[in-house]
Amino acid sequence: MACFLVSAAEAVVVTVMEKNAQKKEESQVDLPESTGLGEHVIPLSRKLKWLSNMLWGGVILLAFEHIWHGEVVPWFPFLAAMSDPADAAEMFYEMATVGVCMAMLITVVWFVMCRVVDSIAVRSAAEAEVAHR
Amino acid sequence: MTLLITVFAAVFATVKWYNRKDDSMKLGILCFMFWGASLMWLVDALFEYWELKAEYFSPALEDMINDTFLGLSVVALGLVIWLVRLLILDPKGTVRAAIQR
Repeated sequence: MACFLVSAAEAVVVTVMEKNAQKKEESQVDLPESTGLGEHVIPLSRKLKWLSNMLWGGVILLAFEHIWHGEVVPWFPFLAAMSDPADAAEMFYEMATVGVCMAMLITVVWFVMCRVVDSIAVRSAAEAEVAHR
Repeated sequence: MTLLITVFAAVFATVKWYNRKDDSMKLGILCFMFWGASLMWLVDALFEYWELKAEYFSPALEDMINDTFLGLSVVALGLVIWLVRLLILDPKGTVRAAIQR
């Protein structure tokens, strides 16, 4: 009914976090004395970009599905279920169950992906260091 | 059916991304978009299966056709979003070159 709205809310939060992380990283790069530590680690802003891309992509395509099924309408309040209190209750229940699970699954997949990518980056950096010696 | 079509689109986009020569086609966004939607529809499918049990695997023909059209439309929408973004970003400068000609 409107399960994608939970992921949309998360996408907004993640996008704001991504922009903040990007600003922070840019200001750190400007520092004259760079330690060089963790250069092989992928920046947080880039990882957050992956999550926001997954969330926004899913939200846009699911919103299209909801328009297709007539659950999202072009007039206020834009959600067909909001016109009837019983339907609205069902919609909120669906958001609390399906919607939250959708957002959680995407976040868990992203977290695992980040861990795997980090380990690959560390391993390739170690291999490069061995080859350099 | 929508989930299945989106998963195939996600796998295809990921294979194309893996075999890319450079990042000029910006295929990453396409992968994330289709994988994001696939994961969300997977949860939807699991909840539907929880509700319908075995009946979930034997949908009516009309529903299946509608879901197939929806799946194809979703993939088309994803591709259009990717293409518009690619033309706006214009990493190869093709659009800019065509305008300046």
